[in-house]
Amino acid sequence: MELQTLSLIVVGITFLIYIAIAIWAKAGSTSEFYVAGKGVHPIANGMATAADWMSAASFISMAGIIAFLGFTGGAYLMGWTGGYVLMALLLAPYLRKFGKFTVPQFIGDRFYSTGARTLAVICLLLISITYVIGQMRGVGIAFANILNLSVELGLLVGMAIVFVYAVLGGMKGITYTQIAQYVIMIFAYTLPAIFISLQLTGWVLPQIGLGATLKGEDTYLLEALNQTVNDLGFGDYTEPRGMSMLNMFLLTISLMIGTAGLPHVIVRFFTVPKMSDARSSAGWALIFIALLYTVAPAVAAMALWNFVNTVQPGEVGTEEGTLAYEEMPGWMDRWAATGLLIFEDKNGDGRVQYYNENNEEFVRNVAEPAGWMGNEVVKIDNDIMVLANPEIAGLPNWVIAIVAAGGIAAALSTAAGLLLAISSAISHDLLKGIFMPSISPQAELLAARIAMAGAILLAGYLGLNPPGFAAQVVALAFGLAAASLFPALMMGIFSKTINKEGAIAGMLVGVISTSIYIFLYNGWFFIPGTNVLPNSPEGWILGVSPLGFGVIGAILNFATAFLVSRATVAPPAHIQELVESVRVPRGASGPVSDH
Amino acid sequence: MVERDRSAQAYWSANLRIITGCLIVWVIVSLGFGVVLAPWLNNFHIAGYPLGFFFAHQGAIYTFIILIFFYAWRMNRLDREFDVDEI
Repeated sequence: MELQTLSLIVVGITFLIYIAIAIWAKAGSTSEFYVAGKGVHPIANGMATAADWMSAASFISMAGIIAFLGFTGGAYLMGWTGGYVLMALLLAPYLRKFGKFTVPQFIGDRFYSTGARTLAVICLLLISITYVIGQMRGVGIAFANILNLSVELGLLVGMAIVFVYAVLGGMKGITYTQIAQYVIMIFAYTLPAIFISLQLTGWVLPQIGLGATLKGEDTYLLEALNQTVNDLGFGDYTEPRGMSMLNMFLLTISLMIGTAGLPHVIVRFFTVPKMSDARSSAGWALIFIALLYTVAPAVAAMALWNFVNTVQPGEVGTEEGTLAYEEMPGWMDRWAATGLLIFEDKNGDGRVQYYNENNEEFVRNVAEPAGWMGNEVVKIDNDIMVLANPEIAGLPNWVIAIVAAGGIAAALSTAAGLLLAISSAISHDLLKGIFMPSISPQAELLAARIAMAGAILLAGYLGLNPPGFAAQVVALAFGLAAASLFPALMMGIFSKTINKEGAIAGMLVGVISTSIYIFLYNGWFFIPGTNVLPNSPEGWILGVSPLGFGVIGAILNFATAFLVSRATVAPPAHIQELVESVRVPRGASGPVSDH
Repeated sequence: MVERDRSAQAYWSANLRIITGCLIVWVIVSLGFGVVLAPWLNNFHIAGYPLGFFFAHQGAIYTFIILIFFYAWRMNRLDREFDVDEI
């Protein structure tokens, strides 16, 4: 059967599954809408959390990012998983014990302040809205590049599907669709990886294949890969390069703290029945995440190996060592047509030269004597390392169809989680909490549904008209989560002395310092050309990249909160009791209503 | 009442000690083995994996999983010891 038809059938079947779940898991109360009635099994919640967390970027782009960074790409792998340790040890159990519906609600109650709650809502909206833009793009990209349909159509269909299950089912509907989406996503990711690992190393598990020898040879894959990329002037794959040690350190810890501070992930742990379930559920979430995150580095190295050996099949510096344009394999032709892969025959010799043109020594000693006039692989999009995998491995069309469904599942599951965080902040924190405290539960449920519908329209609009800065904004989302919500939540649990003034001042300092540092190098509000300093290691203050600033924003937040709290009035007695109560499991508010 | 407060305090300090221990391991395997010490650890190998690269791309993640389940198990025991577990 033709690829497009087959892909449409597979993607269509997954959509039918999501709609069926939506009809089955309709939310009947605000508790069901916001926190799935607090009745989700910890393993089920772990799986849903994994789908909630692993976005289009994790599924489609991460392996490519790692392939081109090599060892240094480990910052993303460790950062995006290490955050779960912080979540499990420092936040999730206590916030579950608190037993309310939203993250800003804890900040508002603990710091006895509507102002703190509003500030938390603003941070939440900034983080979640910037994040959701990328997801809607992810749906569009999967449609455009795999299904050959327009980005716009893909987006509209994606919005319609999310609309059905998120508006009807709220957190309850989202939880059970996320579980289905996880299964589709992990199958779609690991299947091509297993085949590529088998072809290259003979090992079924890609995690073992990555550390194994090449099939039929005595050389280890990583050793051979080091040799190959070194020969082209890129430097060893397994050694630090592309980022200073300081920045790898800061980026890793900023991503960890940022991950733990993402409200759409935290709120997933509000859905389990008990405090002890929140602890174990974080472990299950990380197991399900690790199934993809430990395969991704194998996909990265193996796809890079395949790519480099295709463009440079022979000895470096010789003519027959390079790939002739007319002998290019079908998958390269096909991806060149999508614009994700761009070749340019700079020296007009009809052959592809792929090398590190910024390595002066290599250019002088190898490239110039061989008549190479520049790197001719002008663009390799990160996404290609995952999207082209099934074709590189020569897998049948149905596998490609499943990869398309997996990419869409990854984007939709994360989008739905974000949309829930956005809509509950509006209906529960702003409307019920601040503007209309006397609103009836039925009216609030209706308001939550309307807020959800509005959030979907907003996300769809932003996906169709993405602001030019969409890519940089993800760094901002993690930076803000690290510098604003994480410290406020942690101090709320681990300190009895941090007061309202301290928490508000801390969040403000964290958010403002992080935003300013990012804007200094990327332009004010990301407007091109308005950056004050060049975004390069020479321009960075003390060599600190804006990507890794989150941890510094967090430290400034902690320090400010501490100093301001010392200089102002201590929190009232009932706050001490609130803190005491979230620290112990007994007396948990089980599956109950809001007040 | 006073006794209950004292027990609550003891429970909390025990929890803080367990958290501190776990976070020390967490920092060592990731920022230590996976970043700062990685270039040196790369002199050693597990099969084809240079050791520092292994921690950055695989080992740290496995350790994180073990840490969370250890913490969950240890806290369940602590909850029962102090008789504060959920019924």
